[in-house]
Amino acid sequence: MFPTPIAKRSRSAQLTYQAFLPLALILWLLPLLAVALFSVKPGADFANGNYWGIPSSFDLFSNYGMVFFESNMPRYLMNSLLITIPTMIGAVALSSLAGFALGIYKFRGNLLIFFMFIAGNFVPFQILMVPVRDLTISMGLYDSILGLVLFHIAFQTGFCTLFMRNFIRALPYPLIEAARVEGVAEWRIFWYVVLPLMKPALAALAVLIFTFIWNDYFWAVVLTQGPGAQPVTAGITEFNSQFRAAYHLMSAGSIVAALPPVAMFFLMQKHFIAGLTLGAVK
Amino acid sequence: MSVSPAVPTTHARQPKRGWYKRNEIALTPWLFLILPVAFFLTYVVVPIGQSFWISFHQWDGLGEATWVGMDNYNRLLGLGDQNIDRKFETSFWNNIRWLVLYLLAIPMGLFIALFLNQTVTGIRLYKSLFFFPFVISQVVVGLVFSWFYLPNDGLFEIITGFFGLEISGGVLGNPNTATYGIIAAGLWPQTAYCMILYLTGLNAVDSEQVEAARLDGARGWRMLWFVIIPQLKPATFIAFVVTIIGALRSFDLISIMTNGGPFGSTRVLSFYMFEESLSEFGFRMGYGAAIAVVLFFIMLGFIVYFLWSMWQDEKGAR
Repeated sequence: MFPTPIAKRSRSAQLTYQAFLPLALILWLLPLLAVALFSVKPGADFANGNYWGIPSSFDLFSNYGMVFFESNMPRYLMNSLLITIPTMIGAVALSSLAGFALGIYKFRGNLLIFFMFIAGNFVPFQILMVPVRDLTISMGLYDSILGLVLFHIAFQTGFCTLFMRNFIRALPYPLIEAARVEGVAEWRIFWYVVLPLMKPALAALAVLIFTFIWNDYFWAVVLTQGPGAQPVTAGITEFNSQFRAAYHLMSAGSIVAALPPVAMFFLMQKHFIAGLTLGAVK
Repeated sequence: MSVSPAVPTTHARQPKRGWYKRNEIALTPWLFLILPVAFFLTYVVVPIGQSFWISFHQWDGLGEATWVGMDNYNRLLGLGDQNIDRKFETSFWNNIRWLVLYLLAIPMGLFIALFLNQTVTGIRLYKSLFFFPFVISQVVVGLVFSWFYLPNDGLFEIITGFFGLEISGGVLGNPNTATYGIIAAGLWPQTAYCMILYLTGLNAVDSEQVEAARLDGARGWRMLWFVIIPQLKPATFIAFVVTIIGALRSFDLISIMTNGGPFGSTRVLSFYMFEESLSEFGFRMGYGAAIAVVLFFIMLGFIVYFLWSMWQDEKGAR
């Protein structure tokens, strides 16, 4: 193990490390702690210039109540869910199909198609902006949840296919051969042999896509406008213009907007990290 | 199609197999690929081509597009008798700043990973809390940092003021510092990402090699440089890929924190492209597309390198 395990060091080194750890964490998360502090302060504190001091009163409930009951926030949160969950299902489904085809079969063009998915995933998405917006408008899906979902599914399929294909490649191939000898139809091999083994990959991708899509801002701005279909990342800017300079409400709103992926991360941590660090170890 | 018998027989005994059955293994991958490939072509591959096409036109997004040839590029890059677009110039150099400074996330992530790669009580919670910034949307990160940088009342000014440092107009209000302020905000989640990559990488470092090196007297920096870092190569590669992509995609933070200002000093190509095509100043889709194409070519160099490295790996495998 590197660096040398602290347990093998001197007692004083251990104590220093133990003391330094929480300190470093507080420093690292300082911007977030500040927002958390902001969100429980009364508005008057900001008018009086008491930005960083102790709150003059504890206003957690009234601030968050304002966010939930007197703004469009619940609407935006709902939109975010309606965008994120279908995208998650769609992208995972499409990419397990593609990953199976590319991971199991040898055929001409296999690598070419695989590399198309990878390359498409790397392009700066500004180059897609004008044509995709145009396509969405011509399908009558501008400013609709479906329009966003379709694009997200297509784009995320690139990354997910890379992930799935590599995962399927690592499965024991004799399993598939054995099934073929038994005369099992190919689609049944997919459904009954490969898919059950893919559960960890499916879970990892699902949480990753959830986070990516929930946090998307660019496409939300390009393909939607107004509270009808906009997700919370785009909605927060409207929310902020509604409560201009009301830092306590803006920070409460930001925390609410950030919470779902955070919750997802802490609940599914193992899968999340497995997904993110795919390929970091050979 | 024949009527299937009431009692299912085994497939092997059927005398004649259908055309599909005979070609099943050759056909199945294509059947599985139809839908994903169709989606990907419609929304990703074809639009790239369309953007190239649009970049040769003058188009407001609604009416007829007029063919203008290389005009957009001439105006953008200052070819021929034109002067280079000053906004483009600023954006381009800011992109370079992003690319270079964003790479700091890699050593910083490694540093934190080394710091956290211990087994003390509660270290798992520490690791996930350190990773936390990456999970939050860039929009929220941008908001948080813009409050951090607030002129007069922001925590940053209080701290720098303590050391007697004064930035007129605040970090984000001053054209000389604004871009760096935004990059610092972007480095925060990016470092967290690199950290988690390295933590995973460190987990898989061959402990026998480390022990052997230790017996040979390797310690500290020499150990890190000659034994550990070479073993972390896959993690470093991924960290490099995601950091470069992240740097060139930077849009959210700029849009939230400064909206390109002050005086357009924080624009990058992706933001400038958006501004030209979809802002209140008018829909200049052709010009926007030309900017996107330039950005694409900058990215292409990296894409080719990434794909080439991955292809080298593929050749080694099965």
